[in-house]
Amino acid sequence: MENEDNKADRRKFLKFGVLAAGLTVAGGGLQKVLSEEKDSGKKVKVLTTDGQVVEVDDAHLKAIHSHCKPATPAESREGIPGKKFVMVIDLSRCAHELKCQHTCQKYHHLSGMNVWLKVFKMQEGENTAPYWMPKPCMHCDKPPCVKVCPVSATFKREDGIVLVDNTRCIGCRFCMAACPYSTRSFNWEEPEYLHETVGKEYSPETGFPQKKGTVEKCDFCPDMLKQGKLPHCVTACPNGVFFMGDLNEDTVSNGSETVRFSKLMKEKGGYRLNEILGTEPSVYYLPPVKRLFPFQDVKISEANEHQKERKSTK
Amino acid sequence: MENKEKKELTEKEAIDLLHELNEDMLPKKFGIIGNAWTTLLFIIFITGIYCYTNQIRNGLSITGMRDFVFWGIYISNFVFFVAISLVGSLITAVLYLLKVEWRAPLSRISEVIAVSAIVFAGLIIIVDMGRPDRMVNMALHGRIQSPIIWDVMVVSTYMTLSFLLLYFPLLPGIAFCRDRLKGIPKWQHKMYQILSLGWKYSPEQYAIVRKAITILSVIIIPVALCIHTVTSWLFASTYRPGWDSTNFGAYFVSGAFLVGSGGVVAGMYILRKFNPSYKKYLTDMHFDKMGKLLALLALVYAYFSINEYLIPAYKMKGEEASHLNELFTGYYAPMFWSVQFFGMILPIIVLLFNKGRKPLPMFIMAIFVIVGAWFKRYLIVIPSMSFLPVQEIPEEWKHYSPTFQEWAITGGSLAGALLLITLFVRFFPIISVWEVAEEKGVSHDIIYEHLHEGNEK
Repeated sequence: MENEDNKADRRKFLKFGVLAAGLTVAGGGLQKVLSEEKDSGKKVKVLTTDGQVVEVDDAHLKAIHSHCKPATPAESREGIPGKKFVMVIDLSRCAHELKCQHTCQKYHHLSGMNVWLKVFKMQEGENTAPYWMPKPCMHCDKPPCVKVCPVSATFKREDGIVLVDNTRCIGCRFCMAACPYSTRSFNWEEPEYLHETVGKEYSPETGFPQKKGTVEKCDFCPDMLKQGKLPHCVTACPNGVFFMGDLNEDTVSNGSETVRFSKLMKEKGGYRLNEILGTEPSVYYLPPVKRLFPFQDVKISEANEHQKERKSTK
Repeated sequence: MENKEKKELTEKEAIDLLHELNEDMLPKKFGIIGNAWTTLLFIIFITGIYCYTNQIRNGLSITGMRDFVFWGIYISNFVFFVAISLVGSLITAVLYLLKVEWRAPLSRISEVIAVSAIVFAGLIIIVDMGRPDRMVNMALHGRIQSPIIWDVMVVSTYMTLSFLLLYFPLLPGIAFCRDRLKGIPKWQHKMYQILSLGWKYSPEQYAIVRKAITILSVIIIPVALCIHTVTSWLFASTYRPGWDSTNFGAYFVSGAFLVGSGGVVAGMYILRKFNPSYKKYLTDMHFDKMGKLLALLALVYAYFSINEYLIPAYKMKGEEASHLNELFTGYYAPMFWSVQFFGMILPIIVLLFNKGRKPLPMFIMAIFVIVGAWFKRYLIVIPSMSFLPVQEIPEEWKHYSPTFQEWAITGGSLAGALLLITLFVRFFPIISVWEVAEEKGVSHDIIYEHLHEGNEK
């Protein structure tokens, strides 16, 4: 577990440079500062904030995580100015490895059976080929869930992200009825993994700690986006299925490839789910053509197995 | 027959009639059956409250609802309560404004049903909330765009209007209980004293009450149409097959009038059964008229049901088709067809015949209509949630079946509403003396002068 974390951090750090082109760096992230250790003789080149390359001794560098204070419910309503976040999901690359889902569950400290990112086996008609379809929240531009919420506990921000404030939610579940994509889950009982999140301050941008009697859903990881990082599902996917980016900049990235959004749509025939409903989702799909992997059916209940494992190791 | 005698009442006859009415309508102590019934309702109600405290502690996980079927019998029961409460406006307001005279002895029965049903509609919807402790958020952060806020507004408005429409015509009755009921506990006398608001049977007071009733009757009709239309919009404003219907408002309202009238008929029959003196006022003629009304309402409901089911069934559009197949031939088919047959078709057939509109067959049809209506609302609410991609969820979440505690809470709410009605019958005159006297042709002057008198003066 520890190793995996380190690896993930390193990978994120490597991708940081690539990302900086596409996404704003709003402070924080992994920084290196000078420490008072003795020289080791090994020199490392680093880039200063004013754009100069300087050489410093390795021993003077110390990795620290700068912890952004989680956004309060009021701050979470603001959104990142000038942004319009979009996600592209390349169905031709999905092999149903569920790394996206596992990392999502882990970083959002999701308990029980609540799964934010589901991967469905899709088969449109009798004679059509099956494929895997990861399904996060669509973060619609005309979100039916926001429309029906009686207390504005679920809201759309100026950067297009739809969030839930579980300190305001009254648990009427009307948003679940209204959502045509069924992306929302409800905390039917006291969340099970609360101990992982004890003492953590709640933020609608991270979605934890969960609260009994409230609705929750995929949040596009705005806490990561704020730091100029990609959402957890994007970085976790070994096949680069997920691309995340800003529609205004016309750029999306899956961590290793950064591409023009409009070009990707044009070349691969991108589309959105249930366009006919007029909800205008922010998630785009690329059709499952020229697939990287042949479709292999697996038992769909793996997500539950994953949850059960977590329960048993607790 | 009563209608014919009308204008021929002499003053003496009129006064005697009034006295007789007054005596008959004085609330009486319950017998064994009455007490047993009240106790039973009370036990069911308390059990419901106990289970609700469990729900407060453990969350909605004590119910059979999960992410897949996230609205259950609490919501269908809420729709049922709202539906049955509409009858208050039909009998007290619509028939009153149309000057239908036979409605006089039925108006209070229907208004009591309306008030207790709408009170428990409000309570059961709170029971369904995940965070009832945050109810105040609806006032602090209420969004006028949400149909839930519309529902809160119209239901509370209707509750207030219905209460007033029950209370104002009752004032002379309460005053009479205050003055004439002897040998009652002190608190009961005190209650009458407070509730009668110093009523002194003056013509001016009657004039005010009459005016108030007319104004309330006019206002309550649009509000009544609103409550059930808005309730239907809670469903119709979503994209789900079975709910996504432009027919829903009219469909709900027509069904509501039907079940409410069924409730009044059942009430009439039970009142007659346990107090034979009511037979003089709730006559076979009243059953006959209500039977015709019930048949008409069932026909209107059949019309909207055909619109609701047959046209989508003609197209059999994707998701809509799987929903309808579940209802017509699938999992819900036995319930669906019994509800259509017993709750709508059979009453239409039986009530078309003179013999079918006698009290006993009417009572049986009314019970069919009421029970059918409850399960009909189950069929409207639950199956619409069972068609979306059923993947990645545990097996036990795919089918909804209410848990025992959920049934207990729902049963508790139904028992609570019946308990309210029962207690009302125990402590207040269930038939409005002065309105019935008017119906029977007693002039206003005689009513003003002699209403406060009993036989035993």
